[in-house]
Amino acid sequence: MATITERPLTSRLRQDREPVLAEEYERAGGYQGLRAALRMAPNEVTDLVKRSHLCGRGGAGFPTGMKWSFVPMGKDAPHPKYLVANADEMEPGTFKDRALMEGDPHQLIEGMAIAAYAIEADIAFIFLRGEYQLSARRLTQALAEAYERHYLGRNILGSGYSLEMYLHISAGRYICGEETALLNALEGKRAHPRAKPPFPQVSGLFGKPTIVQNVETLCNLPHIVSKGAEWFLGLSPTGEGGTKLFGVSGKVKKPGLWELPLGAPLRELLEEHAGGMRDGTRFRGVLPGGASTDFLVDEHLDTPMDYAHVAKAGSRLGTGTMVVLDDQTCPVGMVWNLEHFFAQESCGWCTPCWSGLGWTEKILLAMEEGTAVQHDLEILKFQPKFMAPGNTFCAFAPGAMEPLQSALKYFGDDFQRHIKEKRCPWR
Amino acid sequence: MAKIFVENKPYEVDAKQNLLHACLSLGFDLPYFCWHPALGSVGACRQCAVKQFKNEQDITGKLTMACMAPASEGTRISIQDADAAEFRRAVIQGLMLNHPHDCPVCDEGGECHLQDMTVMTGHSHRTYNSPKRTFKNQYLGPFINHEMNRCIQCQRCVRYYREYAGGDDLNAFRLRDTVFFGRAEDGVLENEFSGNLVEVCPTGVFTDATLKHHYTRKWDLQMAPSVCTHCALGCNTTVGERYGSMRRVVNRYNHEVNGYFLCDRGRFGYEFTNSPARLKEPMMRGAVVSKSAALESITVGGRAIGIGSPRASLESNYALRQLVGAERFYAGVSGAEGTAVAAALSILKSGAVPSASLLDVEQADGVLVLGEDVLNVAPLMALRLRQSLRNAPMRAAKKFNIPPWLDHAVREMVQDQQGPLFIASPYATKLDAVATATERAAPDDIARLGFAIANAIDRGAPEVAELSEETRTLAASIAHALLGAERPLVISGASCLSTAVVEAAAQVAWALHRQGRAQTRIAFTMPEANTFGLALLESKTLADALKEDGIDTAIVLENDLFRRAPEHLVREFFEKVPHVVVLDCLPTLTTAAAEFVLPAGTAAETSGTLVNSEGRAQRFLRAFVPSGSVQESWRWIRDIAVAGGRTDCAWQTLDQIIAAMAQDCPALREVPEAAPARDEAGKIAREPDRYSGRTSMLANITVHEPKPPQDVDSALAFSMESGFRPAPAPLIPFFWAPGWNSIQATNKYQTEVGGPLRGGDPGTRLVAASVQAAEYFREIPAAFRPAAGEWLVCPAFHIFGSEELSRHAPGIAELTPKPYIALNPVDAEVLGLHAGDAVQVTLDGVTGVVPAILRADLPRGVACLPAGLPPFEGCALPSPGKLALAKPEFSVRGTP
Ligand SMILES: Cc1cc2nc3c(=O)[nH]c(=O)nc-3n(C[C@H](O)[C@H](O)[C@H](O)COP(=O)(O)O)c2cc1C
Ligand code: SF4
Ligand code: SF4
Ligand code: SF4
Ligand code: FES
Repeated sequence: MATITERPLTSRLRQDREPVLAEEYERAGGYQGLRAALRMAPNEVTDLVKRSHLCGRGGAGFPTGMKWSFVPMGKDAPHPKYLVANADEMEPGTFKDRALMEGDPHQLIEGMAIAAYAIEADIAFIFLRGEYQLSARRLTQALAEAYERHYLGRNILGSGYSLEMYLHISAGRYICGEETALLNALEGKRAHPRAKPPFPQVSGLFGKPTIVQNVETLCNLPHIVSKGAEWFLGLSPTGEGGTKLFGVSGKVKKPGLWELPLGAPLRELLEEHAGGMRDGTRFRGVLPGGASTDFLVDEHLDTPMDYAHVAKAGSRLGTGTMVVLDDQTCPVGMVWNLEHFFAQESCGWCTPCWSGLGWTEKILLAMEEGTAVQHDLEILKFQPKFMAPGNTFCAFAPGAMEPLQSALKYFGDDFQRHIKEKRCPWR
Repeated sequence: MAKIFVENKPYEVDAKQNLLHACLSLGFDLPYFCWHPALGSVGACRQCAVKQFKNEQDITGKLTMACMAPASEGTRISIQDADAAEFRRAVIQGLMLNHPHDCPVCDEGGECHLQDMTVMTGHSHRTYNSPKRTFKNQYLGPFINHEMNRCIQCQRCVRYYREYAGGDDLNAFRLRDTVFFGRAEDGVLENEFSGNLVEVCPTGVFTDATLKHHYTRKWDLQMAPSVCTHCALGCNTTVGERYGSMRRVVNRYNHEVNGYFLCDRGRFGYEFTNSPARLKEPMMRGAVVSKSAALESITVGGRAIGIGSPRASLESNYALRQLVGAERFYAGVSGAEGTAVAAALSILKSGAVPSASLLDVEQADGVLVLGEDVLNVAPLMALRLRQSLRNAPMRAAKKFNIPPWLDHAVREMVQDQQGPLFIASPYATKLDAVATATERAAPDDIARLGFAIANAIDRGAPEVAELSEETRTLAASIAHALLGAERPLVISGASCLSTAVVEAAAQVAWALHRQGRAQTRIAFTMPEANTFGLALLESKTLADALKEDGIDTAIVLENDLFRRAPEHLVREFFEKVPHVVVLDCLPTLTTAAAEFVLPAGTAAETSGTLVNSEGRAQRFLRAFVPSGSVQESWRWIRDIAVAGGRTDCAWQTLDQIIAAMAQDCPALREVPEAAPARDEAGKIAREPDRYSGRTSMLANITVHEPKPPQDVDSALAFSMESGFRPAPAPLIPFFWAPGWNSIQATNKYQTEVGGPLRGGDPGTRLVAASVQAAEYFREIPAAFRPAAGEWLVCPAFHIFGSEELSRHAPGIAELTPKPYIALNPVDAEVLGLHAGDAVQVTLDGVTGVVPAILRADLPRGVACLPAGLPPFEGCALPSPGKLALAKPEFSVRGTP
């Protein structure tokens, strides 16, 4: 079992939950990464990030450096180019970016400045979930400090590089977290996702090259630049590189959030860090990476929590923040709750999603209310096929299907009981 | 071209297109909703799924949305694939969850794309048993009915309305399966092209509210190809009739003219045909008389004159000209209009720059508008012009390999970049919002700007004397932008009744042409449906007729002379002339003053030819035989001639008069080409296969089924029975194909989806540019100087109100503005006027009192009256006028 050696992302967080502000941040080595980056050429920064194997922490796990390399560079590149921090964090069960922004806002700003420099961006936005009011206040304060200390604005630290950074507070929709819907929202349009290709790297915000990156992903950058790619790769026992913020909620003894090496075993997380199940409850399953990932069950408890291993187990690392299902909770009820959320949050653009989720939600509710019939189960089973990846316009609906399809697989008997007994056995 | 494989068979398709476009063009039935040939692809509905295979070995394949995938070389797809078919069925099932079971009471039923696609996918059994979501519908004005429960969230309406037509009061609200498509609050849809929602919406959410007043299913309509008569563009329409009344107008696709769309005046103006005021029987001195009695009493001798009309067919004008003789035939338009129109026509014939079709307008990439309010004068030109603004920025998108059909990707990249558009007009126009620069000026100054631009483009064009520095700079920048375009376009017309403006427009186009811009086009808007047709007869104008003495009989063809000349002049004329014969469809002041009134048919009731502002002759064919003694004016004229013993005007059929006309008038030689003659095409049914009640329609009157009327004028029959040959494009009575009951059946009639109709688009150009470049115009007007106490009163055009016939349609009447005079606030202050004050206006010998409105966009010294509306509809505007504060009493009609 890997031991925790380093916690680059969270080691500065204060016990009293007050934010780390500029002075304290600088004292703890803050903005050294940016200083180092500004001494490199932009493409050297990108190369470094590529070598670190840093992958997106927003859910999809796409290699960050590779994404940057698609941005048109040089004299003929269109400008302004944009960098956007995706701080929408609305995935049910997920609260990791919030911890980073509330506790250490400068780390995000520094990470963004580095990313922006690497792609020669002129303008950066933090697209923040509307409900994150404390984050908004602390980021606003940190932004002002960063401008004051010339980490932002014109001619940053005398390097000749300039960057304007703005905080945008979302009006609040889950789909705004999807990077292209986010761009539409930022442009003041309805938050429908966009067709890809063209990718935002080529035609993004206001039609200009744009990189959207998750908050946690960006927070890794100062450390990678300061300490190098090899150091970063060495952090993870499974070789995927870096640490990851893991969260656990549900009926465990100590729900919480921890920074652990990428690849820490699931069992260690649940049993050591979260303290195991509450007395009188038994573990039945876990959504390992937020609401839109497949359930893992007992047989998967020894899975190392990194992208490849979780995928092999039949789910996704997602955001790394997990929701535990116990035997005192109705799995159908839990899935209904999730699908109700997804049905409500469907942007309404593509038919399988808006119609399929509406129907899914209604059938699950009928099961809970004891009015579902056998045929409903067939309809329910068809939905994940209907909303399979590629069949819908964006990844929202396939994600929404993940808890449902895995619940049908692992908890099929529970669905049957709802129909046979014409009631929810847990009520 | 690219070779693609469908069900393992190779096909040649356009590589620049997407797979849905390719499949439909090949004739495959592949269902779709969110895609529309004019709107492109956005991948929302997921209805067009096909299976795509990587190569010949791949047998698993992957579902892909045909509308979102390029038809690139070697693509292998299957439409029939079981997974794809199953998925398409599931999509329809999803759409149907919330769709009400109300086809029998839905206005869309029988021509509903959703019905067609549902049948096509085979979804027939409903398993959903939860409640359906419901909405509150909105009042959207006199034209459009709203029934939101039927919505399938395909997004077409908002895409069309906002992104294509530039409207902003229709929107999508909320999300999930409850997206609401409507306005923020009840109210009349503001966009002038809202009627197209009826055809764009694939189901019964947006339907024709005027049709609802006299509802008939498509399959029960007797239909014919017609041409819109409400402006000079001549959009192609399909008109439908039942029980002797006209039921509706829908778009008839013509790639080069109107494409897929119509304006609201053209779509909803038809109701004038059903007006209870219609003239149905001949009248003599106010009393109804028999046809024979009327014909016996009318004598046409050597002292008779004929006054033609720009809203009557070529045939009727020609017939009248033949009856009275060419020298005694007068175009029924004001002298000023006659001059401006003749100038435009001669420019198109003698210059090297050809006139633009509306397709050319859409393809332009740098546009100058001189003196026109395009939207209100030539509505559809404005719609197609709006699309052209995307051409220049779209070239940038191509650099990033974003295909033009990937609609939102292009829009996201292009954002609000617009190609160059410059508008110089007397008052602010709606298109200004998308213009690069605008100039507000009096007509003479607009002409001067044009001449200055021409001079900046080609130094060989004469210089403009005493040009201000400002105008010179503006002219230089416009010249620069136009020179940078591959397909520059100059739009002007007769709206300013200014030959100088028309010539200035030509000068710009010619200068561009001389500078090697061979793709330059010129578009002249014209006042009425057959203005150019009448002008091709090259006659004197009404102004000359009014001065004429010694006339014993004046025959007035479909014309209200009180709209053509000041009332007192017309009255003097009628006092001079002992016998006045008027042919028209509706009562006017002119019919009221006539001794004889003969009831003329409207476009939907008659057949003939119109020449649009492009110079294109287009045939329209009757949908039904009108009741009473109503007939084509040319047949009345023939009857008069025959009754008077003439043998040279005895045409029996449309083809006969067309042949005679083509022989007599060299300018009209090509008119027969506009559509096949009766004998050149097989029998074509005006009624769909499922036309119901034929044998019982008149059973309440007689149980004997009457013999259907014979049509001697065209291959179209008043019948459900067609011959075996497909209808040639100009004779297509309605678009329908097996499994395609909605207007989307148009796909099946095109050489390629969105391309020309098979056999060529209807109509034939009568005016061709000359091979030799004409000399530059040398006469340039002096700058406009407002005279003290005098205003240049210009016409302000209104899509709803300025045109004579459509104003009799109740919906259009409702949206017609009240009388007003608009002037600059500074001018108003000089006069001591406030908004709403009654102003006494005197111009052209007419005095009237109208309320003032203040418009800061008007140049000093320029005032505007609503064109074509009382009390000044007879005055040729622009015209100098005097304004004074009047007492608040209100006189509607002017006094001499
Ligand atoms: C429905 C949906 C919601 C998403 N929400 C978020 C989010 O709240 N935060 C986030 O960082 N990424 C979210 N994503 C992923 C983003 O689309 C995108 O992949 C990510 O921001 C890229 O950053 P990364 O590579 O750093 O992870 C969401 C994706 C989908 C499909
Ligand atoms: S999958 Fe859902 S959220 Fe994504 S585009 Fe379709 S409707 Fe919108
Ligand atoms: S109203 Fe009609 S066009 Fe608009 S989204 Fe609904 S079905 Fe489509
Ligand atoms: S633009 Fe003119 S011709 Fe076309 S529909 Fe409108 S009024 Fe008719
Ligand atoms: S037509 Fe292809 S997705 Fe709608």
